[in-house]
Amino acid sequence: MTLITFNIALISYLLASLAYFVYLIYRKQFVSTLAAITVGVGWVFHTLVIGLRSQETGHGPYTTSFEVAVFFSWMMVLVYFLVNWKYKIKDLGSFIIPVAFLILLYATFLSKEAVVFPESQFQILLTLHRTLSILGFVAFAMAFAAGLMYLIQEKQVKSKKLGIMYFRMPSLEILDNLNYKVIAVGFPLFTLGFITGSIWNAQMNQLSLFSWDLVKTWPLVIGWVLYGLIFFGRLLVGLQGKKAAQFSIFGFITIMLTYLLHV
Amino acid sequence: MAESNLIMVGVNHKTTPVALREKLAFTKGKIEDSTEKLGSFPEVEENLIISTCNRVEIYARVKDVDQGISRLKTFICDYHEIPLAQLDDHFYSYCEEQTVEHLFRVSSSLDSMVLGESQILGQVKDAYSLAKSLRGTGIILNQLFEKAFNVAKRIREETGIAENAVSISSAAVDLARKIFDDLETHTVMLVGTGEMAELAAKHLMSYGIKTVYVVSRTYERAASLAKTLNGSALSFDKFKEELYRADIVISSTAAPQFIISKDMVAQAIHQRKNRPMFFIDIAVPRDIAPEVNDLENVFLYDIDDLQAVVNANMVERQREAELAAEIIRVEVDKFHGWMDSLDAVPTIIELRKRAEYTRRQEFEKTLKKMPHLSQEDKNNIHQMSIAIVNKLLHKPTVNLKDKTRSAEGQTYLKAIRDLFHLDD
Repeated sequence: MTLITFNIALISYLLASLAYFVYLIYRKQFVSTLAAITVGVGWVFHTLVIGLRSQETGHGPYTTSFEVAVFFSWMMVLVYFLVNWKYKIKDLGSFIIPVAFLILLYATFLSKEAVVFPESQFQILLTLHRTLSILGFVAFAMAFAAGLMYLIQEKQVKSKKLGIMYFRMPSLEILDNLNYKVIAVGFPLFTLGFITGSIWNAQMNQLSLFSWDLVKTWPLVIGWVLYGLIFFGRLLVGLQGKKAAQFSIFGFITIMLTYLLHV
Repeated sequence: MAESNLIMVGVNHKTTPVALREKLAFTKGKIEDSTEKLGSFPEVEENLIISTCNRVEIYARVKDVDQGISRLKTFICDYHEIPLAQLDDHFYSYCEEQTVEHLFRVSSSLDSMVLGESQILGQVKDAYSLAKSLRGTGIILNQLFEKAFNVAKRIREETGIAENAVSISSAAVDLARKIFDDLETHTVMLVGTGEMAELAAKHLMSYGIKTVYVVSRTYERAASLAKTLNGSALSFDKFKEELYRADIVISSTAAPQFIISKDMVAQAIHQRKNRPMFFIDIAVPRDIAPEVNDLENVFLYDIDDLQAVVNANMVERQREAELAAEIIRVEVDKFHGWMDSLDAVPTIIELRKRAEYTRRQEFEKTLKKMPHLSQEDKNNIHQMSIAIVNKLLHKPTVNLKDKTRSAEGQTYLKAIRDLFHLDD
């Protein structure tokens, strides 16, 4: 049952990604509507997957790598709905839904065994760490999409070659603003996730707070520093526009590396 | 299609030079007069005149297409006292479905000088309401024009025909709105008081720009333009220090060399903490060093760049016009369908079907209540019900066939369709 539901969600995201891609090239309203409906259907099934799984395992969706990936992708689509509702940015779906699809696709390669964690006094810390980190990841994914769109639009205006994307994409200011807002929300969440994770690691393994596994954590540290630079750079020295967009794309790549190495 | 006998005769900017076109224009008073005159010709059933600076067209429904066309031509010539020989080569005329297609093209701005401009639709609408109030139009032209407005709306919504700017100043505004989102919170600085700069500034202000600075070598000039734009004047020596205040800079001075250098802009951007700037250089020779565009978060367009954008947009509109033509083909077909429905035969068939349906239902209901009837009695009742329907419908059918060939035929058909709810 969970498997069928999972596959429906996965296929819906794939179809929606394709539809959004077609929409990006051919401006046909019905394609965009079709894509939106497909994502909606996919997300309902996706929600069902998480519900069924939680019922099965008796705990929230963040214990195994599989669960985390499923939850990550789910959260991303949810946030996409919210951002799109608020900003009404056409074409955002073309950039974010494929990412959600890829993460869910990645989940299919992970073990679907349910794991029952031994009762531990640190369980709450781990849950907190994972939830906060995923929320941070999702915000960074949004910043990534906004940054990518910014660079495409910026290139067109700068080079004076105004293609179809020029007419369809929102203004640079909106994209830069979105980039700022999601990082302003994401960075603190991610930092808290980072801290709770370190504490959990220290407590769990009886180590000091800073004894991290370097292989697992180097991209994480780079990513964290990068987002810190964007966040504080904007506030202090007016880091914005193209640089902010480039940083958030690079930041997201390191964050995805972290995710793949870490979870 | 059923014979609609729709025709149109006209001249436009493509067929006729302005020197001739202006002589043919119908002012409102002349239209009032002409609509009545046209209506008094026995062969003209309905008529409508459109007169704009780019076109003069008369649409009409007539008894005979060829006669009608020459009637309209001679009318236009006689009315304006120009010999037909002088105008005949400039006239274009259409009949039947071509008339429908032409009107759809005109009102959707596919036939305009600037493809996709929005004025023409309003002008056609005005012409229609005037003709309607003068009772120049009837059921067919009314339907035709209402349909034309729908088609124009559909094309505007479903194609990008009106989307991209096709003038220098609107292209500049478009770009400004792709760089800055809400123009209301942004500031424009005019360097030089050229007419085009003023135009562009006004255009920007119509999109919400509130703060305007005007810089000129002669302070009085700056002050006077600032006054008309509700902005403030800056002296030329000061503007370098104040440059950072501007989100949008429009430069149009007569200076022989660059007056805004890369260093100046780099300094301004630094002061602005990298907030983007948009430079529009409409001066020839140029005012702004082209390297300014290399700076991050700075965008510079000179007059050629803007012209190139306009040209590209024109091409884009042409492409969209093909989509629009497709929509028009479909809508012309739909209009055929409507015209066909006005033909007598289908209406008569539908009317008979409706009557037959009622007759059968009532007949069967009655039989159920009288099970004791013999087969012969049943047959008699059946025959009687058929006879009643036939007799009742005989005269109306014959009359309707006759009337549709006459002037008020369409009115009769519409009345029948309405009274019997045939369109439900």
